[in-house]
Amino acid sequence: MAQKPIREFDGKRLFKENWEEYFAPLGLEYPFESVLVTSGEELKKLAEKEEYKWLKEKPLVAKPDMLFGKRGKNNLVLFKVKKPGDVKLKDAIKWIDEKRKTPQKVYFKFDGDKPVGEPKEDKLTYFIVEPFTPHSEDEEYYIAATTYDADYDVLYMSAHGGVEVEENWDKVTEVKIPVDATDEEIEKLISENIPADIPEDKKEVYKKFAVQFYKFFRDLNFAYLEINPLVIVGNKVYLLDLVARLDDTAGYLMKDKWGDIEFPTPFGMPEKSPEEKAIAEADAKSGASLKLTILNPKGRIWTLVAGGGASVVYADTIADLAGGVEELANYGEYSGGPTTDETRFYTETVLDLMTREKDPEGKGKILIIGGAIANFTDVAKTFTGIIQAFRKYADKMKDVGVKIYVRRGGPNYEKGLKLIKEEAEKLGLPIKVYGPETHITEIVQMAIEEDKKGAK
Amino acid sequence: MSNNHALFTRDTQAIFWNNNKKAIQRMLDYDYIIKREKPSIAAIVAPTSSAKFEKFFFGTEEVMIPIYRSTKEAVKNHPNADVLLNFASFRTAYDVTMDALNLDQFRVIMITAEGIPERHARLMNKKAREKGVLIIGPATVGAITPGAFKVANIGGTIENIVNSKLHRPGSCGLVTRSGGLFNELANIIARNADGIAEGVAIGGDRFVGSTFIDHMLRMEKNPQVKYMVLLGEVGGREEYKIIEAVKSGKITKPIIAWCIGTIAKYFSSGVQFGHAGASANADEETADAKNEAMRKAGIHVPKNFNELPHVIKGVYESLRGEGVIEPIQEPEVPPMPEDFAKAVAQGKVRRPRHFVCTISDDRGEEAVYAGVPISAVATPDTGYSIGDVITLLWFKKRYPRWATDFIETVIKTVADHGPAVSGAHNAKVTARAGKSVVESLVTGLLTIGPRFGGAIDGAAYYFKYAYDNKMSPKEFVNYMKKKGIPIPGIGHRIKSVRNPDKRVEGLKNYASKHFPATPLLAYALEVEKETTAKKENLILNVDGTIGILMVDMWRALGYSEKEIDEFIASGTLNAFFILGRSIGFIGHILDEKRLGMPMYRHPWDDILYKVDKAEEL
Repeated sequence: MAQKPIREFDGKRLFKENWEEYFAPLGLEYPFESVLVTSGEELKKLAEKEEYKWLKEKPLVAKPDMLFGKRGKNNLVLFKVKKPGDVKLKDAIKWIDEKRKTPQKVYFKFDGDKPVGEPKEDKLTYFIVEPFTPHSEDEEYYIAATTYDADYDVLYMSAHGGVEVEENWDKVTEVKIPVDATDEEIEKLISENIPADIPEDKKEVYKKFAVQFYKFFRDLNFAYLEINPLVIVGNKVYLLDLVARLDDTAGYLMKDKWGDIEFPTPFGMPEKSPEEKAIAEADAKSGASLKLTILNPKGRIWTLVAGGGASVVYADTIADLAGGVEELANYGEYSGGPTTDETRFYTETVLDLMTREKDPEGKGKILIIGGAIANFTDVAKTFTGIIQAFRKYADKMKDVGVKIYVRRGGPNYEKGLKLIKEEAEKLGLPIKVYGPETHITEIVQMAIEEDKKGAK
Repeated sequence: MSNNHALFTRDTQAIFWNNNKKAIQRMLDYDYIIKREKPSIAAIVAPTSSAKFEKFFFGTEEVMIPIYRSTKEAVKNHPNADVLLNFASFRTAYDVTMDALNLDQFRVIMITAEGIPERHARLMNKKAREKGVLIIGPATVGAITPGAFKVANIGGTIENIVNSKLHRPGSCGLVTRSGGLFNELANIIARNADGIAEGVAIGGDRFVGSTFIDHMLRMEKNPQVKYMVLLGEVGGREEYKIIEAVKSGKITKPIIAWCIGTIAKYFSSGVQFGHAGASANADEETADAKNEAMRKAGIHVPKNFNELPHVIKGVYESLRGEGVIEPIQEPEVPPMPEDFAKAVAQGKVRRPRHFVCTISDDRGEEAVYAGVPISAVATPDTGYSIGDVITLLWFKKRYPRWATDFIETVIKTVADHGPAVSGAHNAKVTARAGKSVVESLVTGLLTIGPRFGGAIDGAAYYFKYAYDNKMSPKEFVNYMKKKGIPIPGIGHRIKSVRNPDKRVEGLKNYASKHFPATPLLAYALEVEKETTAKKENLILNVDGTIGILMVDMWRALGYSEKEIDEFIASGTLNAFFILGRSIGFIGHILDEKRLGMPMYRHPWDDILYKVDKAEEL
């Protein structure tokens, strides 16, 4: 995956850390007063530090920082107790601890103030706390940029920021900026398109800010960056709310500009299991690709598929022929010529998950060892890794009634197929083995048909 | 072949950026089986290579492909190579592409790296479009025009290429995103139809240089292509461009299409199915929506992937029936010579080896000394000493501690004997002549022989001979006298019975304390009594003691007399002296280097000149 969301706090931190280069030359200041905490206790401790003494001195705003929007409409922004701007440190502490105690329901779509669709329920674990910035609604501007398509970025500008920006989308000016635009072209395009309804006395500062905002967006490899509302008072800039996605493939270029950036799991998404984390770690260390997502650990159909495209085809076909995904336990792939040892580790992880519990109805389980015709991955080598894992898990596999279906082609496939068949038979594991003469997903059909027969 | 709309012809030549030997060899193997005249690779660019060329097989023969350090240089020397195969890593692929675009020679640039930053990908793709250069990739295995040109690894092994009929043109134009499924589709098309005329895997990234529509519009014009197969993916809107082209009549040839990723509808956005580009941002980007839209536009869309082969077969057979597709005369495929290494691995060939090694092996994960990995002997915590390493490599055995300690004692004892001995002197003179450490060292070592250091071998040999033949010490002394040989290991310039050599005392003490038995030493001491009775300084010297104790050591370790005789005959004892003394020689050489003394010239007055006029004969 290339485009990844980051926390509001990190987005603001990136502004602060690169302010000197991009915005300070305009004579603008950014008072970066913002903390990210996981509990009221942590906030209390931070407030004792000299650099965060504003937490005790200023009225505060607190909100969850977990990659979802519409926090105001979901009633998840603390900006008042009785009236706006009266939130004290102790109120924020109390509110945070209250909100994180029980799972919260969050809606992602609204029609006016009315929620639309199903909410997601999850615990709130990260909160951003900042000073309350008093300002009037007509000081709320909007600015955003996105990597629109292959040739253009788009800069969105509006004099009307705030929560109603979507309703006021007709007032947003869109500027298409070619990816290879020069500084002069960027300045020209933006100057010519400054929204007419930005007050005259603010136009110049807004324009200058917008130009630098775009360069900041471009140079730091953002895929999306939105500030709403943006408030400029005198020479002070306030970024009241921020949404951002980064292109994580640029990480190797951005070590200095990004610092230590985190790509968190979004709200409502299950945290990665230890097994998924272990595979992700192995993937990061390897030149090959190892991916594992557990969809339903109680599912009876497990896949061990080589190749990104092939893994999708297998998942599609299982869903299609099994009439849904209830039985599909995992999604994943290994590819790019993994070593025998990497394949053994990957297989052991899948087999371990697969053999933890018997099916409550006593049905058997299906292991699909699939793959297309490899370009350069040595099938005998990777299958040797799978065989080593079989040896370790053979007894457990028999306990839960695993039937194995294999289909694979590519370099050394005859040897690989022969080895896996002989070894499985020696271990007493039921196995069917096919090569490139059999259609790639034919084994899914066989497995599901035999499973149905077995059930009768 | 004059087909202006084919991606590659039999004359196409490429420059390969990165010396990826396996991929290049696969291309040349392909060239061989399709009987190309010229290899498809004109040159290799490898910025850090010091070699001027690399050898590759072309059938059973070998060809040399030139290597250049920059694309610019390669282009200058190969003006007809209009394809760049950019196999640089994701860190450098962008710079390589931009550089190549500025050279204005390439028609096609293929980029294999996965994970190029999106902004870089967009910049290079745009520049290429402006220059009219076709980019394939990034994150792809490439493209193939069967019977003409194959990019790197696409198609897999030669066996698979022939099985999938990728060695000669068929009738289908194939486009996919995935490289792994490209092979699979080629195989399906070969089994259910007559193979492909041209195929491109466009790559899995969000921003690729050329997309389905670019290639399918070209294929529409290519008379060899009679129908097309498109394998799309969930995410993006590229398939809709095909639908528009079909509706507007820009594409009239039959299309069979399928988008993978229909499973995505069962899951929320969190699960990434497939490639970076594969993520539906809107309803019309889902695989189901795209499949349905294509079906409505009259494109042949199967019910699911499992049904795809039947649909291909159906379209192919109806085109055959209509006479659009002619039957193909299958070309003869020359047998592919097998790689020696592969044939060995499969147990198909054998060859006598010219060398034998029984002491160490560097072929595995870690080099081993007599079966013991280096890491298991190197650091102090392993319990292995330098003596253990010597016995592993010299004798292929691990000796008990008393023996390895003795060996180390010997090494230490013989390490140096001052600058005046002939070997050290030679080493110093050579070092002063400005020669290197190794040159100076060998001049020193070359003096070691029967007169310098050789007494260890000689002592071991003669004392053992006398002892084995049960000569009394007196008989032995007389025997040597009769032969006219001074007894090796006996005698010292200064030391005598009353002024004993402390080094010899040390060795004797160690042996008496730690050796299980020292019969030969006991015998030698009896001999010493005989000789010192004649002259004070005819004592058992350090060389003699070492040679004799080595024999006692090997006997105690259980070696047979024959084995010990072989050690002596092969110069093993001398080897301890060579090893030990090298330490001292190197010390003298380094000393000379530090001192920076000038070239040595021996003074005339130290040479007795007595040169007579040569006699006329």
